Amino acid sequence: MSEETKRSGVLDWITRVFVRVGVLPFFLVGALIIFTALSSKFLTGQNLINVARQSVYLVLVSMGQMLVLISGGFDLSVGTAIALTSVVSALGMVWFAGMFPDMIWLAIMLGAFMGFGAALLVGLANGIGVAYFEVSPFIMTLGVSSVGAGFALFLTGGVPVSGMPFAFADTFGFGRLWGIPVPVIVAIICIIAMWVFMSRTRLGTQIYAVGGNIKAAHLSAINTKRALMLAYVVCALIASLTGLLLTARVESGEANLGGTIALESIAAAVIAGVSLRGGIGRVENVVLGAFFIVLVQNGMNLAQVSSYMQMVLLGALLILAVIFDQIRYRIIMSGR
Amino acid sequence: MQEIHLIETVGLSKRYPGVLALNSVDFDLKAGEVHVLFGENGAGKSTLISMLAGANNPSGGHIHLNGKEVHFDNVADAQNVGIYTVFQEFSLIPTLTVAQNIFLGWEPMNGPFVDHRAMRRRAKEMFDDLDFPIDPNEITARLSRAQQQMVEITKAFHGDLSVLILDEPTASLTDREVDHLFEFIESLKARGVGIIYISHRMQEFTRIADRITVLRDGAKVGTVAMADTNDDTLVEMMTGRAISEIYPTIERNPGEVLLEAKHIRTAGVYDSSLEIRAGEVLGVAGLVGSGKSRLFRTLMGLTTRVKGEIRLKGEDISHASTRDIIRKGMFYLSPDRKAEGLDLIKTSNDNLAVNLVMGGCGVSRRGTINWGEVRARSNEIAEHVELDEGYRQKLVSQLSGGNQQKVLFGKCFGQDADIYILDEPTVGVDMGTRAALYLLIKELAEAGKAVVVISSDLPEVLHLSHRMLVLAHGHLTAELSGDEMTEDQVLKYFFDESGAKI
Repeated sequence: MSEETKRSGVLDWITRVFVRVGVLPFFLVGALIIFTALSSKFLTGQNLINVARQSVYLVLVSMGQMLVLISGGFDLSVGTAIALTSVVSALGMVWFAGMFPDMIWLAIMLGAFMGFGAALLVGLANGIGVAYFEVSPFIMTLGVSSVGAGFALFLTGGVPVSGMPFAFADTFGFGRLWGIPVPVIVAIICIIAMWVFMSRTRLGTQIYAVGGNIKAAHLSAINTKRALMLAYVVCALIASLTGLLLTARVESGEANLGGTIALESIAAAVIAGVSLRGGIGRVENVVLGAFFIVLVQNGMNLAQVSSYMQMVLLGALLILAVIFDQIRYRIIMSGR
Repeated sequence: MQEIHLIETVGLSKRYPGVLALNSVDFDLKAGEVHVLFGENGAGKSTLISMLAGANNPSGGHIHLNGKEVHFDNVADAQNVGIYTVFQEFSLIPTLTVAQNIFLGWEPMNGPFVDHRAMRRRAKEMFDDLDFPIDPNEITARLSRAQQQMVEITKAFHGDLSVLILDEPTASLTDREVDHLFEFIESLKARGVGIIYISHRMQEFTRIADRITVLRDGAKVGTVAMADTNDDTLVEMMTGRAISEIYPTIERNPGEVLLEAKHIRTAGVYDSSLEIRAGEVLGVAGLVGSGKSRLFRTLMGLTTRVKGEIRLKGEDISHASTRDIIRKGMFYLSPDRKAEGLDLIKTSNDNLAVNLVMGGCGVSRRGTINWGEVRARSNEIAEHVELDEGYRQKLVSQLSGGNQQKVLFGKCFGQDADIYILDEPTVGVDMGTRAALYLLIKELAEAGKAVVVISSDLPEVLHLSHRMLVLAHGHLTAELSGDEMTEDQVLKYFFDESGAKI
């Protein structure tokens, strides 16, 4: 009898945690147990720091993705925004560096701005299509993704852009400030800014409202088109920033950067409890979700899972997360 | 002699999380009778029929069919034993032809292929038999609502129909169509089919009802024979209180004209002009589809404005966006709280917060939000609309219709406005909550605000308004005030087909 009540108590607790924070804590504990068992190198300080550094890029993109998901859509073109930024900024830096060989930082800045500009166009195209023409986010971002990828390949002819200023890669790819890698610092600043934006500003509140019920938001005097637009533009710009950091890391402008990041970022956000129906999601959880995805990839590498099998597992993980999200939604709506 | 009932329920109950939707109801239906279910929205009528129809499982009690206990796992189970339900939302596929819809899932086959010719022929025979003038080859979406309902009913005649359940079948029919439906019901009675009929329209009962069962708050109040009762008794049974306890007296204190609309035209509304005054409740009545809601949605900029001029406090807002109109002091309470009123997956506090934040509450000069201040204000509002403390942290989707409506009313107090347009303010709300909501309307009007009450509930409009507009077929057919505001007068203008202007 008491054994039974205890068991139902535990089950009750699990359900409550699941409803409150979603599937992430269970996935995280599961991953830690499995990979610790598979590889002795997994649960070491060195490895975890390594994972933290590698996860910077996905953390950033996932936060942008989260913004769009909360607004009630999703963005499949984040990878394209990264590739386009990489190619355009690299071409820009090379070109400006040739023009002003004495002012290398000016060249880097101008190139970076060109990259941001290219991503801004991607975000604007998505935003205008979704907000003003009411194209489904799936089709809009899928189409833009093809357009952008095509441009990136066209601009480079498929060949990586090399000869970038050394200072750029030195600082943003491998540099450290107070002993902390520069990309990590950039990510931390972005996380804080994003958290403040989503939880402390009017615009953030509006994006939650638009995703929750766009008609109700409209009747509450919210500019729903602007809110949607903003979500896509900010998402593209964050992806663009990620693109610059990745470009610095690989020291060349590449049109194939960010190939799988759309899927990964959606998986990270959904696992972290961002609702695919919009309106729900928290920055801090998404950061953890992205960390989880990179952790799993790292664990699979250590356990010598082939990269092809990793694709299989990642896709399965995403579907599983969505199924759990669906179950969670049902529990919430039925009011248990 | 022990009479065997066609259908009998014993102690039928349905419990949803936190709500007892149906509380131990005994109900019976004889062959060849029309048994009306009467009660307010949320009284449990729909819950009861959904279980008889097999769409829902009872939490307690039994259903007997011809004296034998039955269990339905789904709608098909109920249909197999001859119970067919025509729900308010039709189950027709708009893109298929009428014949395809009728035979959906029952297609006559010719070997492995669907025999379309036989399907059309049999659909034609069924329509002839029922005397419905419908072409089986027509695409369903092209039919009128009444015709679609006929198709829905025709679908019931696949097997041996013994019980037909009609949920508000006349809600959107014209008089002539209603006559036709009633003739049809008579012929079914003659065949020995038992009919459960749900309706709000008491004037229909005398024409078709044999017995009436009144439900209130999920429980059965009583079953009476139509011959032994009258309208007043039924209303009292339905509401459990006298009319005077429900509607407050609202002081009329007319101020300046706040809004003036001239010659408004949009799809479904023709050349309508009106004025909205401060300190006055303006009632708007009309049948479903009369354009009463559409007219005011047009004023709010929610539908395309074809023609006309709208002035709000002297300022031309004929082309302003909804957002600007709200900012300039008009509030619109949507009739559909789930689709466009509330964010269902958030708490009531969060729902109220959206309007508060948009109204500038708790927003610092730097643009950051002080949530403590917003929370305090939303709690005040929740207190004011009498939303129980325990409900404030719950998701809105988990609240009852009445409490959801309280949250929606709370939004009125989040954004300061001069004109409050309340579109169907008490739809699906029990009488107790209604009385509370009416007091809020009184408070707004007596505070010098202009309040517009658009409602399909005629007593509500008649009791609350100081002045009222009646619409029919997209035309403003009357503006009534004072002694002219009687049910007879209003009904006369409801069916005014002349389209005459006032």
